[in-house]
Amino acid sequence: MNKKTIFRVINYISKYWYLLLVYVLVAVVSVVLTLHLPKLIGDGLDCIIGVDNVDFAKLKSIIIEMIIVIGITAIAQWIMTLCNNKIAYNIVRDMRKEAFEKLNILPLSYIDRHPHGEVVSKIINDVDQFSEGILMGMSQLFTGVITIVLTVCILFTLDIRITLAVLVITPASLLVANFISKRTFNMFKLQSEIRGEQTSYINEMMTGAKVVQAFGYEERAIDKFEEINERLTDASLRAIFFSSIVNPSTRFINAIVYAATLLIGALIAISGGSITVGQISRALSYANQYTKPFNEITSVIAELQNALACGERIFALIDEQPQSPDNQNAVNISEFDGTVELNNVNFSYVPDKKLIENFNLSVEKGQRIAIVGPTGCGKTTLINLLMRFYDVNSGDIKLNDVSIYDMTRDNLREAYGMVLQETWLKNGTIKENISMGRPDASMDEIIEAAKSARAHGFIKRLPNGYDTVIGEGGGSLSQGQKQLLCIARVMLLSPSMLILDEATSSIDTRTEIKVQEAFLKLMEGRTSFIVAHRLSTIKSADIILVMKNGNVIEQGNHNELMKMGGFYSELYNSQTI
Amino acid sequence: MKHLLGYLKDYKKEAILAPLFKMLEASFELFVPLVVAAVIDNGIPSGDRGYTVRMFLLMVLLAVVGLISAITAQFYAAKAAVGVSKSMRNGLFKHIQSLSFSEIDEVGTSTLITRMTNDINQVQSGVNLFLRLFLRSPFIVFGAMIMAFTVDVKGALVFVVTIPLLSVVVFGIMLISMPVFKKVQQRVDKLLGITKGNLEGVRVIRAFRKEQDEINDFNEENELLRNFQLKAGKISALMNPITYIIINGAIIFLMYVGAIRVDGGVLKQGQVLALVNYMSQILVELVKLANLIITVTKAIACANRIEGVFEMQPSIDKCANSSAPTSISKAPVIEFKNVSFMYKDGAEEAVSNIDFSINEGETVGIIGGTGSGKSTIINLIPRFYDATGGQVLIDGIDVKDLNVNDLRNKVGTVMQSNLLFKGTVEENLKFSNPNATKEQMEMALEISCSKEFVDKKEGRLQYMIMQGGKNLSGGQKQRLTIARALVREPRILILDDSSSALDYATDAKLRMGLKKMKNTGALVVVSQRTSSIQHADKIIVMDDGQIAGMGTHNELLETCELYKEIHRTQTR
Repeated sequence: MNKKTIFRVINYISKYWYLLLVYVLVAVVSVVLTLHLPKLIGDGLDCIIGVDNVDFAKLKSIIIEMIIVIGITAIAQWIMTLCNNKIAYNIVRDMRKEAFEKLNILPLSYIDRHPHGEVVSKIINDVDQFSEGILMGMSQLFTGVITIVLTVCILFTLDIRITLAVLVITPASLLVANFISKRTFNMFKLQSEIRGEQTSYINEMMTGAKVVQAFGYEERAIDKFEEINERLTDASLRAIFFSSIVNPSTRFINAIVYAATLLIGALIAISGGSITVGQISRALSYANQYTKPFNEITSVIAELQNALACGERIFALIDEQPQSPDNQNAVNISEFDGTVELNNVNFSYVPDKKLIENFNLSVEKGQRIAIVGPTGCGKTTLINLLMRFYDVNSGDIKLNDVSIYDMTRDNLREAYGMVLQETWLKNGTIKENISMGRPDASMDEIIEAAKSARAHGFIKRLPNGYDTVIGEGGGSLSQGQKQLLCIARVMLLSPSMLILDEATSSIDTRTEIKVQEAFLKLMEGRTSFIVAHRLSTIKSADIILVMKNGNVIEQGNHNELMKMGGFYSELYNSQTI
Repeated sequence: MKHLLGYLKDYKKEAILAPLFKMLEASFELFVPLVVAAVIDNGIPSGDRGYTVRMFLLMVLLAVVGLISAITAQFYAAKAAVGVSKSMRNGLFKHIQSLSFSEIDEVGTSTLITRMTNDINQVQSGVNLFLRLFLRSPFIVFGAMIMAFTVDVKGALVFVVTIPLLSVVVFGIMLISMPVFKKVQQRVDKLLGITKGNLEGVRVIRAFRKEQDEINDFNEENELLRNFQLKAGKISALMNPITYIIINGAIIFLMYVGAIRVDGGVLKQGQVLALVNYMSQILVELVKLANLIITVTKAIACANRIEGVFEMQPSIDKCANSSAPTSISKAPVIEFKNVSFMYKDGAEEAVSNIDFSINEGETVGIIGGTGSGKSTIINLIPRFYDATGGQVLIDGIDVKDLNVNDLRNKVGTVMQSNLLFKGTVEENLKFSNPNATKEQMEMALEISCSKEFVDKKEGRLQYMIMQGGKNLSGGQKQRLTIARALVREPRILILDDSSSALDYATDAKLRMGLKKMKNTGALVVVSQRTSSIQHADKIIVMDDGQIAGMGTHNELLETCELYKEIHRTQTR
């Protein structure tokens, strides 16, 4: 366990120190009273000795005391749980808030590098497990320790011989539990390994179900699956059975402690020792109370360890280096003139794999720059740099003759309108989505933008028109419709410059033509960077950047590049012959 | 549930022995307070040390027997639970393999995965817990009550009141808090959705400078979730204090009643203690019982979901027509006769009135937008789906009269999703044909243009491909999936938009290579790009489920408006 992690955990909890204080106080009260009750029951029993030998007056006062004790204990337990809940859920909220806010200032490289599911699971599951585990674990540990200490003290006041017997025998349950769980640890590890293998095989065969059928692989798949399943069954049986021995074993030891307490107590009573039946009952009850925390301790420690492991994963996210802060003396540009200049730009995602080297480009207002090349050649890299999703390693990018590193990110991004191939829509109405860049836009402006984007037609036909709510990721809309909405969004923004990623195969032919028209309209008079798939865009572009393996290998207009007879001309010819 | 019970039948012995031994253990536990009472009422007053020691040894014996029966019970319960889940998993996997495409579409892959993993695991722990506790807990609760009756009937009446009262509280709080916890879960899902959306839309959010809005949305939902959690927590926080009050209230009552009865000479001191002890045993078991019910309810829900998959009947019987009619010579390799098809929950036909034939040695291109029915047509050829109208004929025989495996053996399909499996290149190639020779594999690699990159990989055919082909690029994956289909040397080769990730040069090379394939009776190429199909012997233009035009590239440029338009937008 890492000391630093523990320190941070304390840090989170300390924010709710008053709740913690109440919790500790109430917990002590509840434990003390819970332990006091058996004494009262014992005293009560001592009033009931035999025929005509019952001290009703004393019994009555004991019963009244019991009622008070029970009442206070119940209230204390209730407050304890409430405090515990409040601390736990507040910490969950705080950590999630912190993590999510961090997520929004992390460099894109972090988000691109980490599977989304993993990050989501950190913010949702790990936080939950962390807080629950820490609080459950700590409160169990806390009350457990108080209980053990107090019961030992009380037992001493009852009888030293009984106490010694209890003290000697009880730790045996700890030893047994430890012995078994050490052995089962490897069995569980094996089980989870095989289970992981099986899940991954199931995953593969289910996602590939159609391929499996197409090639008649079913029988072979079943054989392989049954083989894995056989191994899993073996490992599971071992792990489950051996771990389930712990409980009966510790219960067995408790039973022995119980019996020993009774034996010693009875023998003392017989040999005329000063012990009453009530005291024996009390000793029995305390012996029981004393063993309980011991039984739980193994699982508490496991829970705490798991919680700390979860905590470390979240802290790793929270501690991640955020993107470099905006320049303090940033220039604010209100009007972008549409000129872009890249000077000696060098960039790579990983240090030892060079990508863009010494790249220069000068774009004038209203020019159209097409970026072409085979799939996976790094066309988006350029967009990443222009939008400052990634920073260049060296060199400079200038807008209006001002380095983008001398502006705030917000200011820079204001200059561009961006339509990406993976259309992303917010969970909300169509209207909200179109006006995303300009929440203050009027309805007329929104409709105007939708009309220019050729989206008005289909929006009108939706059940609630512009107020139709679209689900996460666009839900019921077709890919093409989503694309049109993204275009309308940019239309409304009317930015000085554009970055477009032309959609390809996922749109049907008719919508494709519409999208194409909308793109053309959008580009009128604006400096545009287009990841191009269509020959029409490419041919009419002012500058074509041909990329391969992340590098810009050729640069020029269509005619120049054709004359060069390089990669571009090869590409172009293979497409048209 | 039907299948679960069926599988449980195979473990009848274990399923009966486990609860029995558990009950045995419980009954030994129930004797303990009696022994304690005996020591106090007989041993101590008479000063009989021998008796006291014998009673002690009896308690130890009870503990030992209890331990042995508990371990035996755990063993049988584990064996039954693990066994049932094993058979269930095997059965379900086999069943899923028998389903045809329509059923897989209907359920969805991710659901099938959850059924196979999570749901079955839940069932396993449900069965395990159930076998261990379903007899034990009620047995102890009612056993304690019955034992109390044997001690003293009047005192035992307190139990008759307490047990129902406790049950009402324990189960009542559970019933009330369960829907609230469900709501909490919904809020968690919402928060999860926001986080996922934030990651997926990161570029758009940052481009539109919406980070702060996103954070505000998240915080709002986060706060809401916390409030729901606190609300749910408040209800369940009542459980412990209330049960504590009831049990201890009952103990006070027992003591009071006991005092009067001891005073009257009906009861002895030790017997009052026994009654008090029995009362304490009840609470623990009731809480266990409540948890058992939660787990079992969950497991039953999972079992029912699994049952739902088991109940799906494959719409295409893979074993039928084992003796296939001989093919008719000179018949077209593929022929569609007025074919129409409607997806299971489709509102209208996905394709209708499809008529065409492909002759020996021909290459046919199919072009059209998404949703125009291209993929539907080719899925009907290997009978992934059954045509809902008309006839699909292969070598002159209706595909419905052919054995499914024989039919699919003739067809090599390269699907849009270029899916590879974890394993070596060789294993992936042999996926389609376990008996493929080295020559066949090399040939397939060559034609599919995979050779150039496979040669560069360490170990070539023995190069390990990661799950989903993660360590290959999109184009490489696509080429290998083509190679996989070629290894089969299929009579009919279908490429469903399989060159989209290839650059134009490689695409052209692939087209040249395919012409060299041996034994290919027909080649069907589906594409969005006119450049990929314009050299085909015949091009079918699809629009909205109908054939909008058919002919060669040049013919279509003359006659088909849509084709002309597609070609124009791609080359203008």
